[in-house]
Amino acid sequence: MSVFSKPPEGARPDFIRVDNFSFHYGEKQAIFNIDMAIPENQVTALIGPSGCGKSTLLRNMNRMNDLVEGVRHEGDIRIGGVSLYDPSIEVISLRKRVGMVFQKYNPFAKSIYENVIFSLRVAGRSKRSELDETVERSLRSAALWDEVKDRLHDSAFGLSGGQQQRLCIARAIANQPEILLMDEPCAALDPLATLKIEQLILSLKKQFTIVIVTHNMEQATRCSDRTAFLYMGRLIEFGETMQIFENPKQKETEAYITGRFS
Amino acid sequence: MSAEEPKNQTPFSTTGRSRKGEPWVWLTAMGLSIGVVMALGLLLLIVVKGTASFWPRRIELMEVKTPQGKEMIAGFITRETERKDSSGALHQEVQIFRGNKDISGDTFRFYDRKDILKASRPKDYLRIERTEYGPAIVKPVALETSSGKVPAKAADFHKKLDEWIDQAADARAQLLVIERKKIGAISREIDALDTALKNQKVDPKVAEKRRAELQAEFDQRQKEAAEIRAKFTGTNLLVQTADGHDASIPVANVMGVFQSNQAGLFQRMGEMWHRIWEFLSDEPREANTEGGVFPAIFGTVVMTLVMSLFVTPFGVIAAIYLREYAKQGMVVRIVRICVNNLAGVPSIVFGVFGLAFFVYFVGAKIDHAFFADQLPTPTYGTPGILWASLTLALLTLPVVIVATEEALSAVPRGVREAALACGASKWQTIQRVVLPASLPGILTGVILAMARGAGEVAPLMLVGVVKFSPTLPIDGVAPFIHPDRKFMHLGFHIFDLGFQSPDAEAAIPVVYATALLLIVVVVTLNLTAILIRNRLKKRFATSSF
Repeated sequence: MSVFSKPPEGARPDFIRVDNFSFHYGEKQAIFNIDMAIPENQVTALIGPSGCGKSTLLRNMNRMNDLVEGVRHEGDIRIGGVSLYDPSIEVISLRKRVGMVFQKYNPFAKSIYENVIFSLRVAGRSKRSELDETVERSLRSAALWDEVKDRLHDSAFGLSGGQQQRLCIARAIANQPEILLMDEPCAALDPLATLKIEQLILSLKKQFTIVIVTHNMEQATRCSDRTAFLYMGRLIEFGETMQIFENPKQKETEAYITGRFS
Repeated sequence: MSAEEPKNQTPFSTTGRSRKGEPWVWLTAMGLSIGVVMALGLLLLIVVKGTASFWPRRIELMEVKTPQGKEMIAGFITRETERKDSSGALHQEVQIFRGNKDISGDTFRFYDRKDILKASRPKDYLRIERTEYGPAIVKPVALETSSGKVPAKAADFHKKLDEWIDQAADARAQLLVIERKKIGAISREIDALDTALKNQKVDPKVAEKRRAELQAEFDQRQKEAAEIRAKFTGTNLLVQTADGHDASIPVANVMGVFQSNQAGLFQRMGEMWHRIWEFLSDEPREANTEGGVFPAIFGTVVMTLVMSLFVTPFGVIAAIYLREYAKQGMVVRIVRICVNNLAGVPSIVFGVFGLAFFVYFVGAKIDHAFFADQLPTPTYGTPGILWASLTLALLTLPVVIVATEEALSAVPRGVREAALACGASKWQTIQRVVLPASLPGILTGVILAMARGAGEVAPLMLVGVVKFSPTLPIDGVAPFIHPDRKFMHLGFHIFDLGFQSPDAEAAIPVVYATALLLIVVVVTLNLTAILIRNRLKKRFATSSF
């Protein structure tokens, strides 16, 4: 499997650093003292049974969980050495560096064009040439350009589910973030659309550091370099995908990937 | 029949039916049907009665028995009824509209069918539409002009008459321009001059000079008007009523002549359209029982639109704060309950509030601040279309707030998160994503508010509606928009005609026609809003999730 690779030359091995991180929704603790280092320009998969905290962890990487009432955290997450929770960090500028793709494709009620450049619009950039260029670049990166180039100004809802999800990816990468978070991006798609998204993930990792939450073991093996297995809010095992799937060190990991529980 | 049902049960088993809830289905269906039948019946009644009042009827010439002897009458049969007298005998009665209010005094009269000795439809009888006293139903004798008489038997009688009627219509239009617009402008300037003089804002000598100029112009205009009138003196239509009275109708007052008993189907249809158009485009005459209702249509539409202009931004802003920003706790819950209860407050209470707050408080303050030189004559400190719109905006505010809140909360969380993940602030998310997605729902609220506001009458009586107003809230006189003016309203027009009219019988057809029109206006306003909403829905259709 040639898709697995070592981090490229010069890439930081601990680009995203999760440092003794715990997270509570009110009384309920969702994440217990997780430590992990996610390398730059690689695909890292978070796997684990439902409710194990993988989505919570992912949604903390762009502080999406701030929206939920009554949450609190301990420990720290650092991106490129800078703490997300540093008081000088603005959430908005953080989210410009960390793009996100959701489980349910959620394009806006706007044209395809306006969907892609949304992050530029909210940043107040409106130079026509820049916008046009961004649309083409993002849609090409999301492997959607050829399918929609003739109807950029049609409603985004006219696209198929898979196309809408790729549009959401194009939207997430339009502002050239460093990190792309994907929360089960293929859960609502058919196998063919899933395949396209997976190919896309592989091509995108040259530009972005990708963290993907998935329920699909095969998807993790097909497109991730490293895999973390979470269980009951704890990080059980984290390593190269090959090693996790072929030679897991922990019994829980083995039980999970062989389907003995889920 | 599904497999779970016991085999021995027939399809007509009562137990089976009640178990499946069939009686309840019937009950609900019955409730719906009763509602539909009632609504359709009401609509049908109004449509039939409303349009029938425009249909030109035939003139009946009848010889009737009276206690004094015999009498000839001519008129339209407007109603047929039965009456029981004190001895219990049944009388078939007809109601006749005789017109000629200036000659006979009363226009409607009931006759027992037995008393009608002879009836015919003579071809030469005319229905004459006049600017005063309502229609005349008469036999023409001659057209009297300065150059002699044209007898009714003459071949060119109707041609000549029509020419004169056309000239009279032109002259009336000219007089309207001269008297209402030009002389009106002069009087307004004189008034302004007087107030300026009173407040010592203008040099008395300059004012005196200007006043003399204006007075000269005023006299000039009056002379013009008198000249136009003079052309018609001595030009009369000589007629004879059914009972033999001779009468003379000045041609200047004749708006139209219709040969009721000669006209064919197409002519009658043409006349009907003509009357409908007159009803839609003219001002009321004869204490609102004749003429049209254009000022009322205009007032209703303008008031409703201005109301939506006020209520939409206020309602939407309030709902955004309540739903998106306010901390969802006890206080917000109480505010929400209060807003919902506001929708249940009787509308007359809003009228009293509008009068006290908008008219007497805000209006008086505005007068003191900006129109002090006009006092004690109030400008805004008196009921007007602006205050009426604001009062109704207040009345319909809960509808918009509730609908907007529903629409906002229906926007999926995923879409909000997507916007935030793109680096949008909360306000940007609301403004660029949430509001567009909830626009159709918000518009639904506005439509409901418009429907409620356009049909409301009670509060308007306190804050700006009048039974007759020759001036419109928007016209060609600077500053073109007059939010301080009183206005006419179709709903109030119905009330006024139906219950306040000096001639109740004459008002009945106009009441039906106005009711039909009010429904048409409200439906048109709503349809327009619905069309806009559906276009938006297509653009902002929410995704499958």
